[in-house]
Amino acid sequence: MVAELGHFALILALAVALVQGTLPLLGAARGDIRLMDLGRTAALAQALLVIVAFGALTQAYVTSDFSVANVVANSHSAKPMLYKVSGVWGNHEGSMLLWALILALFGAAVAVFGASLPDTLRARVLAIQALIGVGFLAFLLFTSNPFERISPPPLDGNGLNPLLQDPGLAFHPPLLYLGYVGFSVTYAFGIAALLEGRVDAAWARWVRPWTLAAWCFLTLGIALGSWWAYYILGWGGFWFWDPVENASLMPWLAGTALLHSAIVVEKRDALKSWTVLLAILAFSLSLLGTFLVRSGVLTSVHAFAQDPARGMFILAFLLLVTGGGLALYAWRAPQLQGGGLFQPISREGALILNNLLLCTLAATVLLGTLYPLFLDLLTGNKVSVGPPFFNATFVPICAPLFAALCVGPYLSWKRAELWPALQRLRLAFIAAVVAAIVAATAIDSRATLAALAFGFGVWLIVGSLLEFGQRLVRTGFRLPPRSALGMTIAHAGLGVVVLGAVATSAWNTELIKTMKPGDTASFAGFNVKLDRIENLQGPNYIAERATLSLSIGGRPYTVMTPERRLFTVQRRQVAETSIHTNLLRDIYATLGEGEAQNGWVIRLYYNPLAPWIWLGAALCALGGFVSLSDRRLRIGAPSRTRAVAQPAE
Amino acid sequence: MNRRLLFLLPLATLALMAGFFAWSLLAGRDPASIGSVLVGRPAPRLDVKPLREGEPPLTDALLKTGKPVIVNFFASWCTPCLAEHPLFTRLAERDGAVIIGIAWKNKPDEARTWLKRLGDPYKFAGADLEGRAGLDWGLSGVPETYLIDGQGIVRRHFRGPITERDLNETILPFLKGAK
Repeated sequence: MVAELGHFALILALAVALVQGTLPLLGAARGDIRLMDLGRTAALAQALLVIVAFGALTQAYVTSDFSVANVVANSHSAKPMLYKVSGVWGNHEGSMLLWALILALFGAAVAVFGASLPDTLRARVLAIQALIGVGFLAFLLFTSNPFERISPPPLDGNGLNPLLQDPGLAFHPPLLYLGYVGFSVTYAFGIAALLEGRVDAAWARWVRPWTLAAWCFLTLGIALGSWWAYYILGWGGFWFWDPVENASLMPWLAGTALLHSAIVVEKRDALKSWTVLLAILAFSLSLLGTFLVRSGVLTSVHAFAQDPARGMFILAFLLLVTGGGLALYAWRAPQLQGGGLFQPISREGALILNNLLLCTLAATVLLGTLYPLFLDLLTGNKVSVGPPFFNATFVPICAPLFAALCVGPYLSWKRAELWPALQRLRLAFIAAVVAAIVAATAIDSRATLAALAFGFGVWLIVGSLLEFGQRLVRTGFRLPPRSALGMTIAHAGLGVVVLGAVATSAWNTELIKTMKPGDTASFAGFNVKLDRIENLQGPNYIAERATLSLSIGGRPYTVMTPERRLFTVQRRQVAETSIHTNLLRDIYATLGEGEAQNGWVIRLYYNPLAPWIWLGAALCALGGFVSLSDRRLRIGAPSRTRAVAQPAE
Repeated sequence: MNRRLLFLLPLATLALMAGFFAWSLLAGRDPASIGSVLVGRPAPRLDVKPLREGEPPLTDALLKTGKPVIVNFFASWCTPCLAEHPLFTRLAERDGAVIIGIAWKNKPDEARTWLKRLGDPYKFAGADLEGRAGLDWGLSGVPETYLIDGQGIVRRHFRGPITERDLNETILPFLKGAK
């Protein structure tokens, strides 16, 4: 009964989305305020209906209703409650429903918080948002109905993919989707602006909070995914340049570029058509990522739910959304006239450099990701493009980006002097050079490039903090606007990520050893003893657990317990790593194959500064949220400032 | 006019990419298959000691009987082998397939105990303790499975455990078709 209610709510939502996607557009073209206002009501109704549908599916999972085929395929009564709930979106149908839910929620948010937007712009944004929703709801209803019943219902389900039964991954998809789908609002704003033929400072100010919110969620989502890969895949790495990871990195890069170019539109009325293009691309790359992950055109270490038939549908949808957007762009964007003139050395110039480099990075990732596909189709050769390609291309492009990052905020709009800015950054430069020299001499004399990259990390942190400090001194210690504070936090956070990534990749130590209970080994200054191996029975798995005791100079330091779990329902093995962290370094242990006679394979990694990677990413997102809380950028703010300003005139 | 063309560039790039995607989807390409040099060629040399005591050694003659055979490399220490094992049992009992099992880098008594515990679907069983046959057959690990037709030509090479889907979509049609 509940499942049918959910199914019915989904059908109604599609009908409402069709109304929301057409009538307000008509209203905006005719200047009919009633039709335009219909968009807001419809957006709220659509959100409510999708919430009901999502709630119905969640209910089926929580109560283990095995008469619903989706629950049978992806859940099991023995599964802990957290994974019953996360199982809702741990499969193709459910995750598409989550997409539709977040899409509808963002639409409702525009309807609620967009009170100050011009009527035509709001109507068009809501209509575009609804048209995207039509695509997803139709996809759900016609190809991937999550409410399909099964008769007769089996006694128990097949269980969730064991790799997904993890707290980190329970929240990774929702955050990632908040980012991906958040860019749909940016896209809708871009299309609406093209329809209106108007991109101005006010538009840039309205679109910025949505971009910023989507960007923050995407940052957190990517960080969580990387953290999950770090501790569950058991390879000790944090980023594998896997197609699925690249799929999330591309919209992030485009979104970061958009955040920066929107500032130029807002302050200087320039870069208009470029910014609109980025608004379209950020969402298009999100859709492209979804297509790559779900269609099975690329292979990946963690591609789930692959199905070529669905691939065709997503491809058609991708073509409609991106192709439609880009066609409209090719038609209308040439008319957008840019305003402000500026010199190459200026804030605008720095932001353009930022955009060029970020877009080059995105293009590099795109090329590296798709190259195996192109080559296979054209010549039949199978290649895999991995870390060597990206280390040789991606990393060098980061160098000028990081170098310019600290200088940009010192440059004034229109025209600036480079030398005074550099002089004020003296301290950061000295700190970076010292850090690089110390790294090159004291840590590892062979890893010169790593030492250089380490210097860049220090440069980012000290440079960002220095700018903030000097600004404080200049303004007599009055707290600067939140957006400036947010920028400092995010830029410094990036530096923290760089330090963590460089130190972990370049200066880690690794030990792979076959050990029997009682064996000892020395590793990174620790004495490691394998105490015992025991068998455990978990709620829905059986496991082997190793107990390793680490000591320094005879004094016990810590006990680590890596496990290897065999999920009995799916017959799948998952490594449960054991990580001991003190925020400055991780000791990372995994248990490999083995048996009593020859011993077990134990792998130990010493990863210096590894936690900083995720700490830094969290700082970046925090910076975004702080910036989002800036009064001037709040969505309702322009009308309020107008209201305050008017009596004074 | 040139400026206009520039604005068309993103759309053109998309069209190019979409063309490749559609091609890939319609071609039914399997990106996960890394291919095998053995497919389409005569099966490598087979010269393995017997796993079960008192049986003759395994030789090339077993591969050219005019009937299709399945060669499966396994080991008792390998968990994926455990996962695919029931499928081989079913192939042997229900479909009457001739399956040659080779215990790779596995002590014979351990492999025998394993088969005793789980059931033995192998018409012929070999013990490749040193992994020499594995080298001949281009093995990258266990389990791996080869489908060989009646003339001794390798027709399919599975790396990793076979699945229900492989069984229904590839192996059974192969056994019916290849003579």
